[in-house]
Amino acid sequence: MDEIAILGVGMHPWGKWGRNFVEYGAKAARDALADADVPWEDIGLVSGANTVRNGYPGWVSGSTFANALGFQGAQLSSSYAACASGATALSIARAQIHAGVCDVALVVGADTTPKGFFAPVGEDERPDDPDWLRFRLVGVTNPVYFALYARRRMELYGDTPHDFATVKAKNSRHGVHNPNARYPKEFGVADVENSPVVADPLRLLEICATSDGGAALVVSSMDYAKSRGIKDPVRVAGISTVGPTYPNAVVDMPYLASDSWNAAGDAEHTFKRDIAQVAYDEAGVGADDLDLAEVYDLSSAYELDWYEYLGLCAEGEATKILHAGDTTVGGRIPVNPSGGLGAFGEAIPAQAIAQVCELTWQLRGQAGGRQVDDAKVGLSINYGMFGHGSSVICKK
Amino acid sequence: MAKTQVPAVEGLFTMGDDPRLIGGKGQSNDSYFFPKNMGGNDPALIGETEREEVLLSNTGTIWSFTTSSYPPPKPYVITTEPFVPIVIAAVELDNEKIVVLGQMAEGITVEDLSVGMRVRMIIDVLFEDEEHQHMVWKWEPELSEGQN
Repeated sequence: MDEIAILGVGMHPWGKWGRNFVEYGAKAARDALADADVPWEDIGLVSGANTVRNGYPGWVSGSTFANALGFQGAQLSSSYAACASGATALSIARAQIHAGVCDVALVVGADTTPKGFFAPVGEDERPDDPDWLRFRLVGVTNPVYFALYARRRMELYGDTPHDFATVKAKNSRHGVHNPNARYPKEFGVADVENSPVVADPLRLLEICATSDGGAALVVSSMDYAKSRGIKDPVRVAGISTVGPTYPNAVVDMPYLASDSWNAAGDAEHTFKRDIAQVAYDEAGVGADDLDLAEVYDLSSAYELDWYEYLGLCAEGEATKILHAGDTTVGGRIPVNPSGGLGAFGEAIPAQAIAQVCELTWQLRGQAGGRQVDDAKVGLSINYGMFGHGSSVICKK
Repeated sequence: MAKTQVPAVEGLFTMGDDPRLIGGKGQSNDSYFFPKNMGGNDPALIGETEREEVLLSNTGTIWSFTTSSYPPPKPYVITTEPFVPIVIAAVELDNEKIVVLGQMAEGITVEDLSVGMRVRMIIDVLFEDEEHQHMVWKWEPELSEGQN
């Protein structure tokens, strides 16, 4: 796959600001344009990642953000793929650049979130919607799924709640160096273990919060970058937006049941193992080539699953590389040097874009106190509810 | 006057003496689905527009378990004040090789549970209004031989 260049990145800090999401996206976009030193008039495509909790403007985010910055005739796209929306929006920008539709594109996502658990959108009764059914009939919140996976790790691999708390403590040590993090605070294992249980065995400090925030990228063809005199930009070398292969034997949000592996497949099959491979193949790299990874730590224990899904270690060995310090900044393969979702909370349509912002800062050597030495290849990965995989590989 | 018992959602399970989840099955293979018409299709069944309706196993083993220790948001109906944590188990059904989520029966705590434990399905009250008890499936530990 031909590469595209990342010319500029920008973020609005994560938090619980309670303002209009458009404000966060516009701020991030202006920062990305300034970082790229690209005039707004040059942007040929605005590719927005949608939010579903902010009314109609959220569903037409490409138009909303372009309008907020001032309509100048760019083409527009608005994408929704749950937590993977940002990667989808980036994939559309790449496709339109490669198609010759535009030379340079703005990718932007932002969200304003309600307090507390995510709940189904809308007040009506919808027995045909699995997202409605799981809340109505069983009371299954998102952390319930994270906890089922955590308990499964304890059963299969002997992981302990102490291991999970260690992940949170590690990421919090990274997050203190990130000015965009919502919780730039160091938490120890004891802090985690003293916080209340949300979904046994997971505690409050181990569960991703819902946050406000915004993130943006200015991306272009390699020729456009060259025309601006940028010789060695960070490049997007691979994007995965892959969906599952039947049967998904591990029950996933928002379903009440897994797929049946009776006629085909195996009992532990989950497509989360397949998400990164598409990006690895496009980029022509493997797990051993990575210098850092930004992974989707919806819970502390979930980060350990990603080590294995990415191939950073063998199945069941995640706690070994965690305790060896491999995944801490300074270690063999730092994971979530940004502080991850544990330090940010999630702003859904902005999150996958924010991951790419972090990869860019790391590969440029601009990550300050959380900098991974001599980083050349970075990967981000996440997963959008209902089966949207997403992974981006950047190179320098 | 006793309240009438009604399913909290129609068409997902039977009530009565031998309650079962109502699932779907491929016509040409043994892939199962729950609920009958929800969740992803087996691509091998691309040529079939209808799933066969089947009653699923009412016993299985616990695949994993947890709690919902904070009150879930609507449309869940909170029935106790103060809120009592919900205990939830993911259960692999005996014959269908499918994992189904459900609440554990009242009074069961996570300390009572382990992965691999045998459970069976019961029908129990999810919430009540002035006229009805709204019923749902739950899991309860299956007594081994010699226990009552």
